[in-house]
Amino acid sequence: MSEAPSAVTALASRRAFLQASAAAGGALMLGFHLPLATGANAQAREPFAPNAFIRIDRKGKVTLIMPQVEMGQGIYTAIAMILAEELDVTLDEVRLEHAPPSDALYGNPFFRIQVTGNSNSVRAFWTPLRTAGAGARALLVGSAARRWRTDPSACRTEGGKVIHPASGRTLAYAALVEEAGRLTPPREPQLKAVADFKLIGKPLKRLDTPEKVNGKALYGIDVMPPGVKFATLRASPVFGGKVGHVDDSKAKQIPGVRQIVALEDLVAVVGDHMWAATRGLAALEVTWDEGANARVTSEQVWEQLRAASEKTGAIAKTAGDVSQGLASGERVEAAYEVPFLAHATMEPMNCTVHLRPDACEIWVGSQVLSRAQAVAAQLTGLPLDRVTVHNHLIGGGFGRRLEVDGVAKAVRIAKHVDGPVKVVWSREEDITQGIYRPVYRDTLSASLANGRIVGWRHRITGSSIIARWLPPAFQKGIDIDAIDSAADLPYDIPNLQVEYVRDEPPAVPTGFWRGVGPNNNVFAIESFIDELAKKAGRDPLEFRRDMLAKAPRLRAALELAASKAGWGTPLPARTGRGIAAQGAFGSYIATVAEAEVDNNGDVHVQRIVAAVDTGIVVNPDTVVAQLQGGLIFGLTAALYGQITIDKGRVQQSNFHDYRMLRIHEVPQIEVHLIQSGEAPGGIGETGTTAAPPALGNAIYAATGIRLRRLPIDREVLAGRKPA
Amino acid sequence: MTTLQVNGEAHTVDVPADMPLLWVLRDVLGLTGTKFGCGIAQCGACTVHLGGAPVRSCQLPVGSVGERAITTIEGVGVTPVGAKVQRAWLDLEVIQCGYCQSGQIMSAAALLSATANPDDADIDAAMAGNICRCGTYLRIREAIKRAARAT
Repeated sequence: MSEAPSAVTALASRRAFLQASAAAGGALMLGFHLPLATGANAQAREPFAPNAFIRIDRKGKVTLIMPQVEMGQGIYTAIAMILAEELDVTLDEVRLEHAPPSDALYGNPFFRIQVTGNSNSVRAFWTPLRTAGAGARALLVGSAARRWRTDPSACRTEGGKVIHPASGRTLAYAALVEEAGRLTPPREPQLKAVADFKLIGKPLKRLDTPEKVNGKALYGIDVMPPGVKFATLRASPVFGGKVGHVDDSKAKQIPGVRQIVALEDLVAVVGDHMWAATRGLAALEVTWDEGANARVTSEQVWEQLRAASEKTGAIAKTAGDVSQGLASGERVEAAYEVPFLAHATMEPMNCTVHLRPDACEIWVGSQVLSRAQAVAAQLTGLPLDRVTVHNHLIGGGFGRRLEVDGVAKAVRIAKHVDGPVKVVWSREEDITQGIYRPVYRDTLSASLANGRIVGWRHRITGSSIIARWLPPAFQKGIDIDAIDSAADLPYDIPNLQVEYVRDEPPAVPTGFWRGVGPNNNVFAIESFIDELAKKAGRDPLEFRRDMLAKAPRLRAALELAASKAGWGTPLPARTGRGIAAQGAFGSYIATVAEAEVDNNGDVHVQRIVAAVDTGIVVNPDTVVAQLQGGLIFGLTAALYGQITIDKGRVQQSNFHDYRMLRIHEVPQIEVHLIQSGEAPGGIGETGTTAAPPALGNAIYAATGIRLRRLPIDREVLAGRKPA
Repeated sequence: MTTLQVNGEAHTVDVPADMPLLWVLRDVLGLTGTKFGCGIAQCGACTVHLGGAPVRSCQLPVGSVGERAITTIEGVGVTPVGAKVQRAWLDLEVIQCGYCQSGQIMSAAALLSATANPDDADIDAAMAGNICRCGTYLRIREAIKRAARAT
């Protein structure tokens, strides 16, 4: 390629980084440099560090510290755009830095801990980042005004300069940092008017991608501290099992194998490279004490869940009189089920640890940096400030890296290794030792009168991730995530009740997965609405539209998607069009899927049209990309995604039996963004949850077969098995 | 001792002959741009060029390489086709997490070297072995066509 911007990533060697940075001169520099210092110390090095997000040095170099982690969603670019907008610098002047662990400085305002998830980075940090940028700008303006003996209101800023239009004088920020650095930022600085945005709303180029086309970007799996050894591991294949007997005589004979580490619940082999470790692990003879879960099967999981779903749940939402509503009109009932899912991030789980007697250094890509630090401190007995965590670009998070089980395993292994050790999960270990999207069962009852829904009861039964992951948020038996987008149903239904039954599956650990609670809820609700429309003899689009009087943004999205998709126009035989509406993550999306079902039961998704109102858009190209990818992620789950259990073990192991959509299988996708002045919504998960119900409804339109379980069952669609 | 020609440079390494090229590149030579994804040639993240042809380095024993030239993502940009592919990838903002993209770019560069103006079927055939979990496929297809048009 022609000279790429001289972005530099050199985590392996700080010295190399510094040299490269110097060589890069004034060009765009995207340096993910070692966050060796804590935020506070790092700030102290620069004359102007008015908050945890911005530093400007004496040469005017602007460093923006990223409180949220980059895992493909484009957040580094969005954060930089928001800060640069209010600070009034151009993006080619800035360099980015990963934030170090610190809940105090970088805690997510929605969760109060340092976490990237729930599609809320822009939503949560929109105001804090604007305030940080505007506050910093106010200080620079104030310094210039003082020097010019004029009022700050007589000055304006542009491209890293303060300008006094009346006199034509200008001062670069670089000339003001010393003085401005001694001032205290205003608590409520004046934010820009939306109409004055120069960066926000433009499809600017991502800052993280130039190094992703030439192999220079460093993910956690790429770090190479001097003297690093390589390890790979196998945990008990049965959840909860323990290591029994280990015979390492053959493993030790493999060239390059340095060490065998046998812990209570896992074994690891350390070698000169991953190949030695891999061969050593294959040669290791391990018997397992399989424990209480050795007989758990998927059938047992489903039996337990279905039994639990017969119970009355904790009430999450009521409106009107649900008993009376359900007693009037024509009653319809249905239950929907979704399976366990693995995240299957392309970058397998990994963590590199260097444990010394008095300090621990960790290199990892994590969605919860402070938790990574805390678990290492706990396991090593070191104080927090002796645990350094270097965050990295993440090769896919999707919720898997909201957990620190991998960090914990790596630290436990590192306790037995002299020097740094990079622990890398095989794909098989990554798939079989996951923390899975829970199985859920949604039971719905509704009654219809005069073509409208007059009563609605939705009971959600499944694991509570929140109860484990954020216990204070689990109150009165309600998991706020599990009911998300069900309790706040957009449709105008006079009598309604939403219930939650907590049921933890046997053996299988459960966690957040892209789309979180809305995943199962939107699939169940939007499938059921379609069934009700059919029962009422109404068009699925009109049936929905008539109940969205109180949700105008969603109704507008629905109308736009239908219009762009050619709703109602004829399609070939065995091809159908399905529609779904969703208000989740602060965004409103309507999706129309077109799919053909062949005689063999195979589904060919041909086209997806989505219309989205996500409020003010920071970077429209990123929003479109997230929706394209999110829709494909959701289609993958609907068409293929399923983790099953036998003998207490996960039965899938790699991409041959845990299938991903491939390039020849993806449909044409059109995304239409609706102009909006509302606060920004979330977009990372929006497409993922929108796709499955739209597809299910298209399959129904094509075949007349209603699939109430995911993934789709080709046997049923081929007529070889009853629905 | 094995001598490998990687991105135009000779490297002599002392590794077992059955060691997959992937781990030689990453763990011995420090060329970490080539990624480990599955270990069984199912995902394409480890794709490199061997004598100009795309291969899954996770399944290629280093002992079978011989004198054939190896090109990795770190070196593909010096070839005209590789440079065009990288440029198109940035122009169309293909990339999200980026972990699979080294392999995607290597597969795309190999396709364009063999077929200057690929149609959709050519793209499907050449790229179906490369998984992208972020779902960037639509842009990958467009970027390949753009790179083909670029002079």
